[in-house]
Amino acid sequence: MVAFTLNGEARTLDVDPEMPLLWAIRDGIGLTGTKFGCGLAQCGACTVHVNGMPTRSCQTAVGDIEGASITTIEGVSGKVGETVQAVWAEFDVPQCGYCQSGQIMSAVALLTETPKPTDDDIDSAMSGNLCRCATYHRIRAAIHETANRLEA
Amino acid sequence: MLQFLPKHSAVRPTRRQFLLGTAVTTAGLAVGYRLMMAAPANAQTTPATAQANPFQTYVEITPENRIVIRSSQFEMGQGSYFGIATLVMEELDGDWTQVDVVGGYGNTALYGNLAWGGAAQGTGGSTSMASSWERYRKAGAAARAMLVAAAAQRWNVPAGEITVASGVVSHASGVQARFGDFAEAAAGMPVPDDVPLKPRDKWAQIGSDSLKRYDSAGKTNGAQTYTIDLKMDGLNTAVMIHPPKFGAEIESFDASKAKALDGIVDVVQTPRGIAVVGRDMWTALKGRDLVKVTWNEEKAERRGTAEIMAEYNKTADDPGAATARDDGNTPAALAGAEKVIEGHYEFPYLVHASIEPLNAAARINEDGTIDVWGGHQMPDLYQAAAAQVGGTTPDKVRLHVMKTGGSFGRRAVSDADLIIEAVSTARALGPGKPVKVQWTRENDMRGGRYRPAYVHAVKAGLDKEGNVVALHDHIVGQSIVGGSPFAAMIENGIDPTSVEGATNLPYAIPNLRVELTTTDVNIPVLWWRSVGSTHTAYVMETLIDELAAAANRDPVDFRLSMLGHHPRHAGVLKLAAEKAGWGKPLPEGRFRGVALHESFSTYVAEVVEITYNDGNDFKVDRVVCAVDCGTAINPDQIRAQMEGGIGFGLGAILQEELTLTGGVVDQENYDTYTPLRIEQMPRVEVHIVPSDEPPTGVGEPGVPPIGPAVANALRAATGKTIRKLPITKNLSA
Repeated sequence: MVAFTLNGEARTLDVDPEMPLLWAIRDGIGLTGTKFGCGLAQCGACTVHVNGMPTRSCQTAVGDIEGASITTIEGVSGKVGETVQAVWAEFDVPQCGYCQSGQIMSAVALLTETPKPTDDDIDSAMSGNLCRCATYHRIRAAIHETANRLEA
Repeated sequence: MLQFLPKHSAVRPTRRQFLLGTAVTTAGLAVGYRLMMAAPANAQTTPATAQANPFQTYVEITPENRIVIRSSQFEMGQGSYFGIATLVMEELDGDWTQVDVVGGYGNTALYGNLAWGGAAQGTGGSTSMASSWERYRKAGAAARAMLVAAAAQRWNVPAGEITVASGVVSHASGVQARFGDFAEAAAGMPVPDDVPLKPRDKWAQIGSDSLKRYDSAGKTNGAQTYTIDLKMDGLNTAVMIHPPKFGAEIESFDASKAKALDGIVDVVQTPRGIAVVGRDMWTALKGRDLVKVTWNEEKAERRGTAEIMAEYNKTADDPGAATARDDGNTPAALAGAEKVIEGHYEFPYLVHASIEPLNAAARINEDGTIDVWGGHQMPDLYQAAAAQVGGTTPDKVRLHVMKTGGSFGRRAVSDADLIIEAVSTARALGPGKPVKVQWTRENDMRGGRYRPAYVHAVKAGLDKEGNVVALHDHIVGQSIVGGSPFAAMIENGIDPTSVEGATNLPYAIPNLRVELTTTDVNIPVLWWRSVGSTHTAYVMETLIDELAAAANRDPVDFRLSMLGHHPRHAGVLKLAAEKAGWGKPLPEGRFRGVALHESFSTYVAEVVEITYNDGNDFKVDRVVCAVDCGTAINPDQIRAQMEGGIGFGLGAILQEELTLTGGVVDQENYDTYTPLRIEQMPRVEVHIVPSDEPPTGVGEPGVPPIGPAVANALRAATGKTIRKLPITKNLSA
């Protein structure tokens, strides 16, 4: 039995402790915004926040999150997160949209830590998130725009 | 992605037959149904189905005041649902907050792709807007007229006095109602014969730069659901075990340990491999590790790509098996040329590698019907395949068309791979037991359906004045349509998808010969975003650039001098060059390259700027793209598709390569098969040529020019043309 906080709510799960957090969230709890892409922490589609840190949930065992605070795309809140989501839609960043939960979780973490990121900051924070539609051009623009709005 | 007919279909017979189903026999099945192929010379202007009640076919208005549009075209990220909704909304005058788009299916007369003569429903070859242009505007206009007629009847006023705006029907007397209030009444009105469409100068939606996709919000908050996210009572998850080599067959398997695992529901053999069914993904994956399979590799492909490419290179030096274009006398002209450039180009196998790993779900129902959820890019074919595997008839198969996390061609697979796996697994489980087959990344990478590997042997000659007098290209590689339901496209030994982009070369070259040798390799191949142009554009556009350099001519001027009869090619080239500042000096270490290519009747030129240091150390900084796709329906989506196409194509030519050793695929995941990442993405500027021509597609045509434009910039930097892809593996070799 593992106890943790998910999107602000206390949860317990009675599953194989080796089960990746990704499948616990999706199949165990039923929140499907967090996506499976590779199972190897190579694509970033499964990115969630563990105690505020962007984390690949496909490579995080449920047994290791006892007591942690987990945020998924469904739990994004606050000024940074909501501004990121609003700008993302306004700029029509998503194409297929499948990777965008992970992109947004990485972007929110970046902007929380670094309110005015440079292109290099964006490269290093977002490099782990693949987008096969290659929406990178708009992701970069949306992150800069979010930073500008948050600064204003 | 796919084209039913070769280019220049006007010269072809007007009716022809397609036999759908031969490909499925590779899985031991036969769908076996025929479609009559009608190929009008000008399919784009074929009217929407006459007399079809729009409310029963294309646009449903619900009493809850929703506008539900049934799309013939599949949504994989490219914005086809938005494009079709724009066409309907232009004429219907609804409100965008009312709009839902769902996938239509099961009625070829209504949903058949008009760019393919209406012969089958499907999405490919960047045809969605061309096929929908008249059909969905007429549906919107007819629906609006019927709403007005219903209002006129209820209010007892002349129809001509009724106005419609933003989903509200009004009369000057002050009475007004929502669309939903007429949901039933309007559907019962007579279907108007010929509703006039709005003239271009009255358009408010089509061409609007401020119109945003209606479906973006759900893609920013996790609400958008894909096949992987399906939830339903009793749904289990199956993971697949596929043959380790293409063509290998199951000899025997032992699933006893897997079945003993808590949560494993069953382990079943399907025509395509073994499905391990579990209560959830993790359990199914653990079960899969416990299944022991003995394979019979007698018929398996055992060659690796090194052997295959060596054979191709040897074949390429021989005369081609078939000739696809033969203008003038190319051998004689080459013999008499002042200067000849020659060489072999090599293109590796490529994977679509969409981030949503492939999947489909199915349920056999007690009443004998079947439900199938998935990325139904070719619904007619999938309905037939599901019926075949499910032991019923196509009318008993309900398709649930899901949006998918990418496709790039991979969801349009004529042997209906995922559908067969899902339905056969569901059938083995029995009625009322839904199952979702979910591939892992490894299944996807090793599952075949790749962009084929190709070798081109080229020779091109200049005369004393620096004019191109001859070009010879011998293309060697597998046929995409061969052995598939699309095999009827092959004529005189030419699969048009192998040679497109070369045979329609626009440059005025008096002696031009394109030959093709189709190879026999047991590695499944498929259309991959922009299909033949993925390799032909690279060959032609790097070759032309090298010829320009040999003739000491400017690459843009050199091309323009050979484009006299092709104003749309010339138009995008000039626009891209102008916007990029072509000819203006660049800082030291920076270089430009240009490429021009038409695919699927859309014209694209791209100018790139790179920073080159040495060896493999370079970066693509900026891409200026000009596109002529006829009437621009959603300008910002055209930009998005060019940006995305450039990123997709750039990753491929820089660093993507699928290899096999001894018949086994070497790459399994994104650590070794490496699409573009954000730090490699250049700045992109897109310029759209204003046009009143009918719309053509944008999903694919942004891809072909980026590779040769980058290669041409690298040649400007290094003096060397990269003829073997991917670039980063071969630049310093």
